[in-house]
Amino acid sequence: MTMTSSSVKISYEDVEVGTELPPQTFPVTRATLVRYAGASGDFNPIHWNEKFAREVGLPDVIAHGMFTMAEAARVVTDWVGDPGAVAEYGVRFTRPVVVPNDDQGAVIEVSGKVAAKLDDNRVRVDLTAMSAGQKVLGMARAVVRLA
Amino acid sequence: MALDQSFVGRTYPPTDPYEVGREKIREFAESVGDTNPAYTDPEAAKALGHVDVIAPPTFVFAITFKAAGQVIQDPQLGLDYSRVVHGDQKFAYTRPVRAGDRLTVTSTIEAIKSMAGNDILDIRGEVHDEAGEHVVTAFTKLVARAAEEEA
Repeated sequence: MTMTSSSVKISYEDVEVGTELPPQTFPVTRATLVRYAGASGDFNPIHWNEKFAREVGLPDVIAHGMFTMAEAARVVTDWVGDPGAVAEYGVRFTRPVVVPNDDQGAVIEVSGKVAAKLDDNRVRVDLTAMSAGQKVLGMARAVVRLA
Repeated sequence: MALDQSFVGRTYPPTDPYEVGREKIREFAESVGDTNPAYTDPEAAKALGHVDVIAPPTFVFAITFKAAGQVIQDPQLGLDYSRVVHGDQKFAYTRPVRAGDRLTVTSTIEAIKSMAGNDILDIRGEVHDEAGEHVVTAFTKLVARAAEEEA
């Protein structure tokens, strides 16, 4: 299938392996998780009930893995402009994002760089997502179609 | 308890259609703080070449994971869901999900593995629109952690 890519802000010719995407920082509080639970339909109590989370061996309430995956994607979609340019996106959930019950919550820091130039104006972007100094996603990769 | 390998390759019946609404997409985008106008403004989406507002890349997981419930809750498979964690997630898109889509999901068990007492289950969810065209495939790896050793 061919897609018009005139809507994409980044040109394939203008990127190289190693080109860095603008990094972003995403705050996450308990309120964020309650809201995401409602929007996504994932009401697993490990994401809002501290007592339950501790009972199943977690240090505290943790963010939904899919929430972290959604935030990491924004580094790619904000870069290209058109979220419809994403052809593939995958992650491994390696460590939980622990969200304490305070005003600060947690922070997810996401950076990305072009790891490979593929055919059909596509590039592979490798993402790094950190929280509290630890990698929370592994093998976080997106394939996007550029202009 | 190791899962029955004979379930590998099993495909479950397609789900009833899920109708994607503009306001559900807006709610999801707001819940992750994403202000890209392609998710909320039909004119902005059209300017990008889409027929209506599109959904963020991970939006479809809510639909495919619900469909995977057929597998997770299959009493014959016998997965202990209380011990399940989400291991990996991947999406391969033919096009973005958009408002007005009526999507069905067909779930298939791709692989069952046992490692160090953990059961690892790979589920593929093929998402099609009302015309039968492929929209996206979701690959979900679930890990059922081994029961803790008795003291």
